[in-house]
Amino acid sequence: MSIEKTRGPEKVTTDHGDLRINTVPRYCKGCGICVKFCPKSVLEIRSFKVNVAHIENCIECMQCELRCPDFAIEVHGSGKKRSEE
Amino acid sequence: MAFDYSRYIRPGKLPHIWCPGCAHGIVMKAILRAVDRAGLDKDRTVVVSGIGCASRMPGYVDFNTLHATHGRALAFATGVKMADPGLTVMVVSGDGDALAIGGNHFIHACRRNIDITLVVLNNSVYGMTGGQFSPATPHGMLATTTPYGNPDYAFDVVELAMGAGATFVSRSTAYHVLPLEKQIAEGIGHKGFAVIDALCTCPTTFGRRNKLGTGAEMLLWLKDHTIGLKAAENLPPEKREGKILTGVFRQTAKTEYCEEYAKIIDRVRGA
Amino acid sequence: MKGREVFYQGNEAVAEAALYAGCRFFAGYPITPSTEVAEFLSRRLPKVGGSFIQMEDEISAMAAVIGASLVGKKSLTATSGPGYSLKMENIGFACMTEVPCVIVNVMRGGPSTGLPTAPSQADVMQARWGTHGDHPAIALAPSSVQEIFFETVRAFNLSERLRTPVSLLTDEIIGHMREKIVIPEEGQLELWERPRPKVPPEEYRPYDTSGGIIPAMADFGTGYRWHVTGLNHDQTGFPTNRPELVEPEAERLLAKITRNLSIIEKYEEVRREGARIGMVAYGSSARSGKSAVSEAFSGGIPVDFLRPVTLWPFPEKAVSEMADRVDVIIVPEMNLGQMILEVQRCAGDRARVVGVNRADGEPITPGQILQKITEVA
Repeated sequence: MSIEKTRGPEKVTTDHGDLRINTVPRYCKGCGICVKFCPKSVLEIRSFKVNVAHIENCIECMQCELRCPDFAIEVHGSGKKRSEE
Repeated sequence: MAFDYSRYIRPGKLPHIWCPGCAHGIVMKAILRAVDRAGLDKDRTVVVSGIGCASRMPGYVDFNTLHATHGRALAFATGVKMADPGLTVMVVSGDGDALAIGGNHFIHACRRNIDITLVVLNNSVYGMTGGQFSPATPHGMLATTTPYGNPDYAFDVVELAMGAGATFVSRSTAYHVLPLEKQIAEGIGHKGFAVIDALCTCPTTFGRRNKLGTGAEMLLWLKDHTIGLKAAENLPPEKREGKILTGVFRQTAKTEYCEEYAKIIDRVRGA
Repeated sequence: MKGREVFYQGNEAVAEAALYAGCRFFAGYPITPSTEVAEFLSRRLPKVGGSFIQMEDEISAMAAVIGASLVGKKSLTATSGPGYSLKMENIGFACMTEVPCVIVNVMRGGPSTGLPTAPSQADVMQARWGTHGDHPAIALAPSSVQEIFFETVRAFNLSERLRTPVSLLTDEIIGHMREKIVIPEEGQLELWERPRPKVPPEEYRPYDTSGGIIPAMADFGTGYRWHVTGLNHDQTGFPTNRPELVEPEAERLLAKITRNLSIIEKYEEVRREGARIGMVAYGSSARSGKSAVSEAFSGGIPVDFLRPVTLWPFPEKAVSEMADRVDVIIVPEMNLGQMILEVQRCAGDRARVVGVNRADGEPITPGQILQKITEVA
């Protein structure tokens, strides 16, 4: 608990070029809102937690981060939405 | 771009107590982004709440926070604001807290036009206590204390606030994350009493009992059953039927209560 | 005592004394026979840069008082029986969160709407146990307008020092009665402030008791972003339901009072040689009691007289010692017997305890009390 106060919770990082998506298993409750609202099926729920399954499809729309009620997913990208490839 | 919420969250307090799929976390994030947009000084910001799921919010956020008694948040907040009008005072309250037991304080805060921003996290149920109906529960819906369907009718929070004289009244939903954030920021910036009716969801009690689906599905329900004020203007009545209006309903200027009282102080001290 | 002589009613004395004590926030609601306190402060508070607000009900008035106190303002509310009942939940909140505040109850006939314009002393037990749960209580009962002034200042002092709500119990008689009093010059009376943190915000723990059982209280808005909750909490101020943390905190709330009796307890006592009768009387009834005792003495019956000024915590030791000395203790009260229960508890089987009771909205007369004295003599 005190370690977390100084260092923060453990994050699971997935990178793809400049794009980084972090998930926080300790905060994630597996509600599936991020999965439902992702337009590109980047995310999945596996063992009750969010999993970044297809980061290559991510267009940095930020819907998952905006809509996650639990602070369990962060999208750090280039700031530009990637065009559909 | 990721928004750094850690600036506004007290270390070591997450994960919060709200259920999987509960929209309160979404509204909390919108509030934090709005606070950031408004450029508030954390030391000079106070967040007050009553009792209920929504009212657990202050414990998580890094401001001066007051988790008061059921329904009385606005009254505590009034004392805080009057004692130091320079503080930015926000109140977060559930629909039961704000409209049932807190109903009297709701209408008087509106009437008084004191510079407080109230966000009503309206999921039309008493979630914390297991799912009883509230003054925001629609007619016919099921709750633990309306097992045969609610015989009662719900308040329209916007109409109530406007009728009571509030000078900033808006409604958005936990689906409409960016308009919600914008309305809250506007409410914070508004000099006077601001009410934001933030429609959100309780999948665990209300959703389950009324078979409304998952948290995600209930958010999509909010999307499908609401319509913006401007959009509604251009639609024929049949198209608007059954849809809840969202947007900024009123934004007027009127002397704020503490300012009015400060004038009294100046006048009597000068005399 | 150097000061200004005025002819004030009790309610005015409360208000004047509150200002003297540094009170700069009042929230209240009109209720007979306390309304004059609100009206006086509505005129005087803005003149000293303070704030007055008449709230929409008694409950919100108590809430606003607590809110203002959290910002650092000495805060007051005034009411009577029905309003005192309404305020109970929030008074408990102030106990639990340790927020200083003063509540004046100008007692009137009850229960319920009762006799709005007649006195009683029937809220005495409520002042101790009105709000739910295990909580401490301090209640002061002056019996003259001058004493109302001093006790109001003392109420603020105790509330600030001990970080606990303090009730000032007056009644419709002394609340509305006019007497000549002296308003002391500035600086004549000691004024106490709540303990404020000596450490910077990063090191502040709101209910930390390493420095003593009364933790330092930071003002909202001064950089200490702390959390106040009515839930059981630990020393960080955040909610807990861990049994090993909950009970010590609950005990500490009571210990704040029991370990500081020397500054809280106050009574007036007159012992007479050869007295086999004693009297315990408080508030306006004590005035009649004193007259009766004086008359009895002239008539050859010495009576020991004890007048608690602090009603809660009750002066157990003084009453117990009286029971060692006398055979009968008389307790006149404008109620059907409340403080008498405490006297009986402290006297045990060492003295007979009898009441002189009146619950008809009329003051107990010296004659009535004298009659009881001669009866038991």
